[in-house]
Amino acid sequence: MTTGASELRHAEVFPGEHVERAELERAWSRPRGLWGWICSTDHKDIARRFVATALGFFALGGILAFLMRLQLALPENRLIGPDLYNQLFTMHGTTMMFLFAIPVMEAMGLFLVPLMIGCRNVAFPCLAAFSYWIFLLGGIALYAFFFLNIGPDAGWFAYVPLSGPEFSAGKRVDIWSQLINFTEISALAAAIDLIVTIFKMRAPGMTLSRMPLFVWAMLVTAFMVVFAMPAVMTCSLFLTTDRLVGTHFYNPAEGGEPILWQHMFWFFAHPEVYIVFLPATGFVSAMLPAFTRRHVFGYPAVVLSLASIALLGFGLWVHHMFATGLPKIGTSFFSATTMAIAIPSGVQVACWVATIWSGRPVLRTPMLFVIGFLFLFVIGGFTGVLQAAEPIDRQVHDSFFVVAHFHYVLIGGSLFPLFAAILFWFPKMTGRLASERVGKIAFALVFFGFNVTFFPMHLLGMHGMPRRVYTYGAETGWAAGNAVATAGALVLASGIVVLALNLLWSMRKGPLAGDNPWEADTLEWTLPSPAPVYNFLRLPVVSSRSPAWEPDDREVIGVRTSCREVLLSNVLDARPDSLIVLPASSPFPLALAFAAGVTFVLSCFTPWAVPVGAVLVFFALLGWAFPDELKKRCALPRIQDLDEPEIRRLAEVAQ
Amino acid sequence: MRRARRAVAVTRAARAVAIASLWFFAAAQAGAGQRSMLDAAGTDARETAGLWWTMSTTLAVVYLVFGALVFWALLRRRARTGSALRADHDQPIERRLRVAVAISAGFTTFVLVVFLVTSFAVERAISALRSEAPSLEIKVTGRQWWWEVEYPNADPSLTVTTANEIHVPLQTSVHFNLVAADVIHSFWVPNLGGKMDLIPGRSNSLWLRAEREGRYVGQCAEFCGLQHAHMNFLVVAEPKETFDVWLEAQRAPSQPPADELSRRGRDLFVSGPCAMCHTVRGTDAGGRNAPDLTHVASRDRIAAGSFPNDRAHLTHWIVHSQSLKPGNNMPVLAMDGSELEALVRYVETLR
Repeated sequence: MTTGASELRHAEVFPGEHVERAELERAWSRPRGLWGWICSTDHKDIARRFVATALGFFALGGILAFLMRLQLALPENRLIGPDLYNQLFTMHGTTMMFLFAIPVMEAMGLFLVPLMIGCRNVAFPCLAAFSYWIFLLGGIALYAFFFLNIGPDAGWFAYVPLSGPEFSAGKRVDIWSQLINFTEISALAAAIDLIVTIFKMRAPGMTLSRMPLFVWAMLVTAFMVVFAMPAVMTCSLFLTTDRLVGTHFYNPAEGGEPILWQHMFWFFAHPEVYIVFLPATGFVSAMLPAFTRRHVFGYPAVVLSLASIALLGFGLWVHHMFATGLPKIGTSFFSATTMAIAIPSGVQVACWVATIWSGRPVLRTPMLFVIGFLFLFVIGGFTGVLQAAEPIDRQVHDSFFVVAHFHYVLIGGSLFPLFAAILFWFPKMTGRLASERVGKIAFALVFFGFNVTFFPMHLLGMHGMPRRVYTYGAETGWAAGNAVATAGALVLASGIVVLALNLLWSMRKGPLAGDNPWEADTLEWTLPSPAPVYNFLRLPVVSSRSPAWEPDDREVIGVRTSCREVLLSNVLDARPDSLIVLPASSPFPLALAFAAGVTFVLSCFTPWAVPVGAVLVFFALLGWAFPDELKKRCALPRIQDLDEPEIRRLAEVAQ
Repeated sequence: MRRARRAVAVTRAARAVAIASLWFFAAAQAGAGQRSMLDAAGTDARETAGLWWTMSTTLAVVYLVFGALVFWALLRRRARTGSALRADHDQPIERRLRVAVAISAGFTTFVLVVFLVTSFAVERAISALRSEAPSLEIKVTGRQWWWEVEYPNADPSLTVTTANEIHVPLQTSVHFNLVAADVIHSFWVPNLGGKMDLIPGRSNSLWLRAEREGRYVGQCAEFCGLQHAHMNFLVVAEPKETFDVWLEAQRAPSQPPADELSRRGRDLFVSGPCAMCHTVRGTDAGGRNAPDLTHVASRDRIAAGSFPNDRAHLTHWIVHSQSLKPGNNMPVLAMDGSELEALVRYVETLR
C-alpha cells in the first residue's frame, strides 16, 4: 500500500497485479522439461528433492537396520556373517547420520527459511543446487560401492588403527573417508547458504527478536555445522593420507596417536547430534502455536536455550572417551558439561509444556508426533544424564544401553518431530493434506514399535551385551530381549511403511489444503499451497512474531519483477539496505558436483585424479561464473546499494 | 462428565507409565546371578550400582511427574482447528508460567548438581582401589580376537602366561595393566566394574576388586574387526589359597603325555603348524602369535570364551575354526581322522 524505494522510477512497470504475477512467473520459472529440472535453482524444487532423496536413504538405512535385527533375533544365527554384518552397521550409521539426518534437516531449512522470512529464494541458489547434487552423487557412489561388496566395514566412527592401512587393507575405508569428506561439502554449503539467507534476506521489519523460532534453530544449527564439519573433514583427510600417501598421523609406532582420531571425530560427532536435534526443536516450536492456539511460551528462553545448547554441545565430546584412560581431572569437566546441557534442554521442554498447558491443544496427527517426541526425548535425555556420571558410563559405554539411549534421542528427539513436520508442511510442498486417520494409525504403530524395539536394549546393555556384535551365544541370556526387539522392529517398519504410503497417496489424491489448513502463525501460511515459484507476490513487511496471525497490511513494492531481483536487509533489525539480482537456472552446479565427485572417487584409486579433477573443476567453475541471460537482461548492476532517502523510505515502511 | 472422563484417562495413562517403569526396574534387577552390571560382585560394580539406583530412581519419579503434567496439560481443555486464538497478553497466566518454568529450571539444576557430586564421590571411592594394598598386577594384552594374560614376576621364570581366563584372589585390589597388540579393544566385566580401553601405543590401568566368589564373563566392548563378537574371557574370583594353588600349577611346564596316542599328538603338535603360533611350555612349541596352550585343558572354554572346552568342540575347532569363528587367524589344517584324534587327546592332557 505504501511507497517503495524504486516505485517512482519503475512506475510504468506496475500496471496491475496480474501483470506483476505473470512477470514474476516468467522471471523465476525454470526452463521446461528434464533440462529445466536439472537446472533448477528454486529453493523449493531443491529442498523437495533433497527431502525426498534423504527419505530414500532413510529407507535404505532402515532396511540395513532391519537386516541386523533379523540376524540378532536368534542366538548363534547364521543368516548374516561377520563381514556383511560389519558393513551393514557401518552403512547404517553412515547413512542415517551423513545421508539422512543432517541433509534432511538442512533441506527442511532450505525449503522453509525463505518462506518464513519472506523472501523469494535463498541467498546463493546455485550453491543450494550444488549442495543437493553433491549429496545425491555422494550417496549414490557410497551405495554403488556397497553393492559391489566394497562397502566400508570399520564402523561409522572408523576408529584407527582398525580403519588404518594395516588392519583395513583394500579400498573399503578409502571409499568411506573420501565420500564422507565429499558429502560433508554439501552440509557446509547448505549451512553457509542458510546463514547468509537468514542474516541478509529477512522481510523488512523482521528483526532478530521477531524471527520465527524455527529460523533461530536453523541459524544456530548452521553455525554448528560450520564449526563442526571441518573437524571431521580434517581427521578423515588425515586418515586418507595415512592410508593412501603413507603419513603416520595415527600410527603409534611412528609417533602418531590413535586417540587424536577420537578427539577430532567426536569434536564433530557430538555436536552433530545437536545439529540433528536443534532443527527438530525448531519444528516443534513452529508447530505448537497452530496446535495450542497460542504463541510459544518463553520466546527469549527458547532462543537462549538453543544458543547455549550449541555452545555447550562443543564441550562434551570427551564423554565418548571416558573409557580411554584420560586423566580424571579432564573427564570430570566433561562429566559436568554433559550434565549441564540438560538444563537448557529442560528449559525448552518446560516452555513447550507451559505452552500446551496454557493453550488449547488440538490433537491433529502432527501434534501426536510432537507429544510422542516429548515422551521419548525425555527418556533419551534422562539416560543421557545417567551416562554423564562417569562410573555409570564406564559400565554402559559401547553396550546396547547406548544403542537404546541414542535411538531414543535421535528417533524420539529428531525423527518424531521430522515426521510431524513433514505432515505439517506437506500441504505447502504439495498443495494437499495427508490423511489424518492413516496418519494416526502410522503414529500408533511407530510409537509402539519404537518402544518395543529399543526399550529392551537398555536392559541388554546392562546385562553386558556390547554393541556391534554380529552374534551372541545362547548362554548369555540375551535371546529374549533380542527377539522382542526384532518383533518391535517389524511393527516400527510397518508404521513407517504406512506413513510413506499415506504421503504417496495423499500427494495425488489428498484433499486440497488451502493457504493455511492448520491456522499456523508463520509467513509461509499466508501463501497459496503449494507456494508459487516466486514465493511472495509482494515482499511482506513484518511487525510481530506471528505475521500470519497479526498481518501487517504494508508491503514492499519497489523490487523489480522482470528479473530475479531481491531485497537485502541488515542483520539486526532487518532494515532494507540493498537490492541484488539472483542468478537464473543453471546446469553448472551439477557439472561442478560431478567434477568434484569424479575427483574424490578416483582419488581412492590413483593420484592422477587430482590433476584430472582440477581441470574438470576449472571448467565447471568457469561455466558457473559466466553471466547468465536473465542477469544480462537486467539493466541495473548486480548489487545496487540504495541511496539514503530510499533506505529511509523503505525503513519507514518497515517500522 | 467430560472432566471425569479426562480424570480417568489421566489416571489410566499415569498407571501405564508407572507399570512400564516398574517393569523396567524389575527386569533390570532380574539380572541377579548372571552377567549384569547391577549384580555386583566387585567394589567398582557395587559402588556404580548404588549410584545407578540413586540416579535412576530419582529420574523415574521426575519422569512420572513430567508425564502426568503433560497429560494434564493436554486434557484440561481441548480444542479444534478454527477455535479462537488465546490472547497472548493474558499477563497473570504468563507470569505464573514464568514462575513455573523458572522453578523447573532451578529444580533441574539442583538435581544435576546433586547427581554430579554423588558421581564424583563414587568415582573417588572407586579410585581409592589403586592405592590399596595388597595388590596384584596382571598384564592383559588385547589381540584380534583373544586376550593374552600375564602374571608378571620379578623372576622372569616365574612369570605365568595364559589366555582368556583370568584368576583373581578375592578381596584383593587387582591392577590390570592393559595394552593392545593390534587395534583398540576394551576390557569389560560388568559384574566387577566399568570398562577400560586397550589402546596401541599406550598402557591403561584398571583396578578391580572381586568381593564375591564366582565366575564372571567379560567381553571386548570396542569394535575390533571381524570377530569382535567372539572375544570373551572369564574372570574366576576365588579365595586367596585356591588362587595361589592355581597360580603355582600354571607356573609348571606341561607334563609329558603318558599314552601312545597323545604322544603321537604331541609330535604332531610340535612338528606341525601348531607350534608356529602356540606355546606349550615343556616342549619345543614356542610360537607367540596365539594363546599359550600349556594348561589349556584346565580352562573352561576355548576360542576366547566362545565354546565349551569339551572333546566335541575342541575337535570341531581344530579343523573347522573358520566356520565357527570366521576370519580368525588360525589356518585351515589338513589332517586325517587319526591325526586329529591324536592331537585332541594330546591337548586334553595339557591340564
